[in-house]
Amino acid sequence: MTDVRLEHVRVAYGEHDVVRDVSFTVESGELAVLLGRSGSGKTTLLRAITGYAPLAAGRILVGGEDVARQPPAERDVAMVFQSYALYPHMTVRENWAFPLQAAKLPRAEREARIARVADTLQMGRFLHRYPKELSGGQQQRVAMGRALVRQPRLFLLDEPLGALDAKLRVEARSAFKALQAELGTTTLYVTHDQIEAQALGAKIVVLDEGVVQQIGTPDEIYDVPANRFVAGLFGTPPMNFLPSELTQEGDSVAVTSGPLSVILPPEIGRRVIDAAPTQGVTLGVRPEAIGYTAEAEAERGAPATVYLTEPIGHNLIVDLRLGETLIRARGHRDDERLARLVPDDRISVWVDPARVHLFDQATGQRLG
Amino acid sequence: MATLKLDGLNLRYGGEGGTHAVRDVDLAVGEGEFCVFLGPSGCGKTSTLRMIAGLETPTGGEIRLDGRVINHLYPGERDIAMVFQSYALYPHLSVRGHFELPLKAQKVPKAERDRRVAETAALLQVGDLLDAKPRHLSGGQAQRVAIGRALIRQPKLFLLDEPLTSLDARLRLETRGALKRLQRDLGITTIYVTHDQEEALSLADTIVIMHDGRIQQVASSRELYGHPANRFVAGFVGTPPMNFVDVIASPTATGGLELTAVGVRLPVSAEEVGGRVAPGETVTVGVRPEDLLIDSAAAEGGGARGRVVVVEPQGDERIVSVALDTGSPTPPVWKVRAPKSGNASTLAPGVQVSLASRPRGIRLFDPRTEERLL
Repeated sequence: MTDVRLEHVRVAYGEHDVVRDVSFTVESGELAVLLGRSGSGKTTLLRAITGYAPLAAGRILVGGEDVARQPPAERDVAMVFQSYALYPHMTVRENWAFPLQAAKLPRAEREARIARVADTLQMGRFLHRYPKELSGGQQQRVAMGRALVRQPRLFLLDEPLGALDAKLRVEARSAFKALQAELGTTTLYVTHDQIEAQALGAKIVVLDEGVVQQIGTPDEIYDVPANRFVAGLFGTPPMNFLPSELTQEGDSVAVTSGPLSVILPPEIGRRVIDAAPTQGVTLGVRPEAIGYTAEAEAERGAPATVYLTEPIGHNLIVDLRLGETLIRARGHRDDERLARLVPDDRISVWVDPARVHLFDQATGQRLG
Repeated sequence: MATLKLDGLNLRYGGEGGTHAVRDVDLAVGEGEFCVFLGPSGCGKTSTLRMIAGLETPTGGEIRLDGRVINHLYPGERDIAMVFQSYALYPHLSVRGHFELPLKAQKVPKAERDRRVAETAALLQVGDLLDAKPRHLSGGQAQRVAIGRALIRQPKLFLLDEPLTSLDARLRLETRGALKRLQRDLGITTIYVTHDQEEALSLADTIVIMHDGRIQQVASSRELYGHPANRFVAGFVGTPPMNFVDVIASPTATGGLELTAVGVRLPVSAEEVGGRVAPGETVTVGVRPEDLLIDSAAAEGGGARGRVVVVEPQGDERIVSVALDTGSPTPPVWKVRAPKSGNASTLAPGVQVSLASRPRGIRLFDPRTEERLL
């Protein structure tokens, strides 16, 4: 069993820190996802774990052992990249046998491992094929298989599904998650895709500008984002942000943005008032937390105008003009009232007070 | 504004035995309509667009713009504007310069030119960027400038080929909204090609689904999703896609049929199926992931049985993969969309569950022709 611990890891290229003081743990057998935009430092971190990017500070422990002195080849780590880098002149079987021959494994053991991986990946029928004779999804499985046959103690993947089309990616995603659970190999998976990160990760590490923004389960990160950056990264469509003001009247704390006002639950209100350095805050609302009524019935709502409606599969997305800002609400396609809305309709919207997120306007940190 | 009509349009490359890229395409696009061609790569959607633009010559059929056949016209004579994935802006020209160029070519007077530049810039939210050069623009801004340049001369027809593909997810979303609103406000008849179903569903008044060079269905976003014409369309539109299983139709006492699938006993009268399914025949049942109800507590119940394989959190939902208990060593795996607030927290790999369909959630297809029966 192998866990991976990163302790205050710093990686620098010249004067420039690409990764700054990063600490997290991938538990033994866990599937952890490292999520970040391009340039966030996520690929550099993977390279640090494999031994190809030297640490400027901190340490990396694999199975409790500091790997600083181990050259890459001795770390027993297998990697899969977005470009599969298969050997074009070798069949699937030869691609898989190659790392085993290099490790001088006896022939019988080689054959047994290849057969097992072929079975796991359902590639038995394709062992004699060359890469160019395979579909994108199959090539991706060959790349995965080449890493698996080595039975590494640690599995690192860098956007392995990035080259597949949207439909295939969804299929390959759940297949990979099931496979990882079955094998129980400790895995760190790098992606820029929040949907993929949520779907796969038992734990998600959100990285930006070389700094960890939040570590948590998909639910923790979606429901209680640590800052505005994380909040805006997740969700389809992502969270709406509104510049707002806090006001206090006796025990009651309200947050107001243009025509929209939300009275916070007392406990949350108190915590927010205590934490907020100024009255100016950013109000975050997920598209599914926006309620609405036709204007005639409105009493507690804020007036809004329908800008666009977008039926997307089982969802109906409604873009609304609320004061100066455009916000997006999400409902179900079977909601007849929602389906009747057309651009320029005037409606009233409101937000469930239990589902608001508040962020410090200056630092972006979560309040309360 | 214009109407576009395609009449028996065909495109073959390389003569007999060559590729038949577009086959017998008939289509009418109304004035001001936003029409999206959607399909997998190689389905013929871009070839069709290129024929409309005049970049490709049809090997059969007619293209009519406002009733007039335009097959023989050069691209420049068709009064059509195009935007591609690469926005191809002039590096030395400001945003204003790009907007003015087509107007100057048309010898539009200066006052009118200024008015249209200001109007277009406002619609595309690039008003404060008019003096900026392309290198100072983000990808989303650059693509909006390309769109503005194409639209400012008010062409009869606006053609776009995957214009948002090179933008990142957030910009794509923003630019998509701006484009849809602009198209509505200007009312220019628009043809838009994409392989991205979400883009198609969100933008289009009408979606044309293509496959193997043929039109599969022409419908609104809602209709396409709720009433797909055939199994290809049903499986192509939706993420995750519709679940399918083949079942045998058994006769009922009243002369109709009964289909047992996914725990739902579905009586179908003979008229309803139009005599296209006989007792003992196999039909394909299709159910969308959100039309399935999953129950872990009542695994003993009457529904279809299965075992949870994977659970994938997705915001306020879960996508749950369930291997159906069919006795096969490679059972079909169905995907269920379950709200997080419900019983989804009890679902984990290995848990036995039962599945049932919501009312009206079931679709039937002919397994041979793949046409939808119900």
